[in-house]
Amino acid sequence: MDWVNAIIQGLLTGGLYALFACGLSLLFGVMKVVNLAHGDLAIVAGYIGVGVIAVSHMPVLWSIPVVVLLMAVLGYVLQRSLLEAAISRGELTTLIVTFGLSIIIENGLQQFFTANSRGLGVGDSFITASFTIGSQITIAWFNLAVFVVAVVVLLGLQQYLSYSKYGRLIRAVADDREAAQLSGADYRHVFGIAAAIAFGTVAIAGMAEGMVTTISPSLGTDTILLFAFASVVIGGLGSLWGTLLGGVILGVAQAVGAQINPSYEQLAGYAVFLLVLVFRPQGLTSRGAQ
Amino acid sequence: MSVEESADTRSAESALKVTRSRRNVAWSGIGAVIVVGALFAFPYYEGSGTLGIMIQGLIILTLASMWNLLAGYAGLVSVGQQAFFGLGAYFVLIPAMHGLTPWAGLFIATIGAAVCALPLWWLVARLRLGYFAIATWVLASVVMLVIEQISSIGGGTGEPLPGLVGYDPALLTAYTYWAALSVAVLAIGGVYFLLRSRVGLMLTAIRDDETAARSSGVRVGLARLLVFVVAAAGCGAAGGVLAIQQLQVVPGTSGGVFSVQWTAEMAFAVIIGGLGTIEGPIVGTVVYMVLQQTLQSHNVWYLIVLGIVAVGIAIFARRGLWGTVDERFGIRLFPVGYHLWAPGERRGGLGRLGRGRGRAAQAG
Repeated sequence: MDWVNAIIQGLLTGGLYALFACGLSLLFGVMKVVNLAHGDLAIVAGYIGVGVIAVSHMPVLWSIPVVVLLMAVLGYVLQRSLLEAAISRGELTTLIVTFGLSIIIENGLQQFFTANSRGLGVGDSFITASFTIGSQITIAWFNLAVFVVAVVVLLGLQQYLSYSKYGRLIRAVADDREAAQLSGADYRHVFGIAAAIAFGTVAIAGMAEGMVTTISPSLGTDTILLFAFASVVIGGLGSLWGTLLGGVILGVAQAVGAQINPSYEQLAGYAVFLLVLVFRPQGLTSRGAQ
Repeated sequence: MSVEESADTRSAESALKVTRSRRNVAWSGIGAVIVVGALFAFPYYEGSGTLGIMIQGLIILTLASMWNLLAGYAGLVSVGQQAFFGLGAYFVLIPAMHGLTPWAGLFIATIGAAVCALPLWWLVARLRLGYFAIATWVLASVVMLVIEQISSIGGGTGEPLPGLVGYDPALLTAYTYWAALSVAVLAIGGVYFLLRSRVGLMLTAIRDDETAARSSGVRVGLARLLVFVVAAAGCGAAGGVLAIQQLQVVPGTSGGVFSVQWTAEMAFAVIIGGLGTIEGPIVGTVVYMVLQQTLQSHNVWYLIVLGIVAVGIAIFARRGLWGTVDERFGIRLFPVGYHLWAPGERRGGLGRLGRGRGRAAQAG
């Protein structure tokens, strides 16, 4: 029964990892940009949440849309300024700039908010409530809610990219920038919109992380970026469903590892990641070779 | 090479001349010997405090030279060099715990890190750029998690380095300084001669056009593997020096040997100094040291400022400080490419008017 419990908890954590990975996957898919500052931006969102709650005294859950909106604006602005300049200068420059951003953000947060971890959402009964199945499996309502949000966000985004006007525009620009440009699409603006969406999902992920556990400046690179990347690789590129699957597999692997020995948690997750990298580098859901 | 071809080459040579550099570089070789000699004499007229700072700089210089080789010449943007840096520290610690002197451990650190690079390369060999960057980062995390599982070498908390207890502190600092300087000189010299060898030529060919290089018989995978292994060896040696300087090895991502901060510092130094030049890491390390010493009372501000400068340079002056100097004045102290002499062009007489043509012909 412990094992079943571990797998269920891992599955729920996996939803959070998929949420982390969503923005990374989207930016890579659309702009071929691997954003090394991805994890740190999630932490920035968490700290913005702390700030918004402190200033406005609004309930934690109400602050989420505000943070998402702020991060989306930040995403658009950052894309149209720094990232756009970097992308136009080539992949190497883009990597250097996002790596630089990652280090600047992490150390900047440490400077202003100390290295201590902070939580969001204490005192809300919804966050601590849980229900039991049988005698040994306890599921926290909040973890379940995060999982549902992850599924809704990833599924919604997939639908949005497939069927909406802007979604089609984003896919067109991702497929062939020049052709889209010739057809009247301003790829810079479309990239900005894609970045805004990606940052919005990052904001949800960062807020969820802050509510499920705590956030601290070093968490962005130590866990969020690497877990997000592992989820993307396990699931396979180009499919948000794959990203969801990858996140869930990573979460379950970690939970099972932790069940064997608490100190194996991260190693077990990375072991699955490395196996996929070696034996199925295109990921579990992609069909063709890369 | 067929007879016909060699005849062609000879007739081409009579019209055009190819040398390593537009200027004679003998003086920069002599200059390098003098500078290194002066640096070796440093402990005789400087105190331990200055030497400690110098050791730190030499560690960064070694790391930066390795990262420059990776990213600047082989296009391998590794964000996981802290793995080899940390492994190097442990390869000094582990033999020392069994009675071997840490000085000999430096050799084990160099070779050990290179050997560890082989299986890790196998995992990331087919990845490119961004994927390669994060994958190496994940690998560094995996290496750290595995090391932290081994309680006999300190587990997650670290272990003091035995074997250097009897030394007089001032003498120990001097010895450490000499070790750090030797490692740095060997690292820069190694990169210089590697790039002047056939491997350098292969790397230049790959950088200019990978497909063309591959179809001309350049073994792209082998060249990259070699660079990855050499860079791991250099980072391992630097990690060994750190273990000796700190007299302990602490794992962990915040402040430990496996911190990504090490890769950030080496990468920023290279980017500021000039990616893809031998001189770049040296210039970058000087900038790093100046910033670090100026801002040392403000915690991590030096790293934030360094990051901002690096991002700014990556966007506005892609060739870095040295690259910009080179572009303007055509100065290369350590040329690893070739200069094609246009007919009628005279040595050293180019000045600013001719630099466009000279630069276009200068490869590597």
